[in-house]
Amino acid sequence: MIRWMIAALLALIALPLAVPVLGQDSMPPAPYAYNQLDDPRLEAEAAALMQTLRCLKCQSQSIADSDAPMAGDMRHQVRARILAGESPEAIRGWLIARYGDYVSYEPAVSSTTWPLFATPVLVILIVVGVLVRRLGKRRDDDAEAKA
Amino acid sequence: MRKLYLWLPLALFAFFAGLAAYMLTQEKDQFVESAMIGQPLPAFALEPAFDGLPGAAKADFTGKPKLLNIWASWCLPCIAEAPHLEALKRSGVEIIGIAIRDKPADVANFLARHGNPYTRIGSDRISEVQLAIGSSGVPETFVIDAKGMIRYQHIGDVGADDVPTLLAELEKAK
Repeated sequence: MIRWMIAALLALIALPLAVPVLGQDSMPPAPYAYNQLDDPRLEAEAAALMQTLRCLKCQSQSIADSDAPMAGDMRHQVRARILAGESPEAIRGWLIARYGDYVSYEPAVSSTTWPLFATPVLVILIVVGVLVRRLGKRRDDDAEAKA
Repeated sequence: MRKLYLWLPLALFAFFAGLAAYMLTQEKDQFVESAMIGQPLPAFALEPAFDGLPGAAKADFTGKPKLLNIWASWCLPCIAEAPHLEALKRSGVEIIGIAIRDKPADVANFLARHGNPYTRIGSDRISEVQLAIGSSGVPETFVIDAKGMIRYQHIGDVGADDVPTLLAELEKAK
C-alpha cells in the first residue's frame, strides 16, 4: 500500500517535468548550432560574439550558454554570417534591428541608457570637487597656522 | 536639525530597497517585441511544409493585408489558437503559416487533428525567417499589408478576444 502511494507521489512530482518535453521539436539542429567553423580565427570571432548575445527564449543566458533550440538557430546565423564575411558588429546590428538593444549584452549609449554612463562620471567629478575643497581648505589652515 | 542630511544615505538605501522589494512582486514581462514593425518584410522563399499546401514567400503578401502566423506542430499553445485562427479564416482573412523546425508528417498530422486555417505554409527548419522578422517564439502572428510592410505583431496564442483586434489591425493596414 505504502509502496503504491510513494510510486503515485513520485509520478505526480515528475508530471510537470514531462510537459516541457512535449513542447520540444524533434528536428536535428541547424548545421552550425553545435559545430564550430573550420577556421579557428573565424570561430574565435563567432564565439566572442555569441558570448554577448542574449538567448531570446531563456533570457538570462547568452546564446553560447543556452541549449534552447532557438539559441542553436541563432548560433547558426552567427557562424554562417561570419563565414560569409560579415563583421561581428554588423551581425549584432542586424539582431538589434530585429529585437532591440535587448538582444545584446554589450551596453550601448542610447537615449535610455546614457544615465548609466553619465552617473559614474558625475560621481567622480563630485568626489574630486569635494577633495579639492577639503584639501585646499586644509592647506589654507596650515598656512594660517604658520603665519 | 542641522545633521538631518546625515540620514540621506540611509533614506536613499531604504528607497532603493523598497523599490527592489516592490519590483519583485511585479509580474515580469517575458515578451520580446519585434523591432520590425513598420519595416518591410525581409525577402524569403520557403519550401512547402508538407505535401498539401504550397510554400510561402515574401511575394505572397500582395493584394490585401494578410496574417503571417509563426507556429509549429510541437507547440502546445498553437493547439489552443487553432479554433481562433479558424474563426479569422471564416471572416475572410488569408493566413499564411510558417512552420518552425517541423517535419512534413507532423505538420500534416497537426492540421488533420486541429484544422487547417492556412492557404500556404512554408517550412523554416532553422528559424531563419523567424529571426529575420524579429519573432522570439511560437506562436506569433504578424499583420502584413499589401505592400509587404509589417504592421502589427501579436505575441503568444491568439485567443477569442484577440480575433476582433486582429481584424481591426487588418482593416487599418488597408
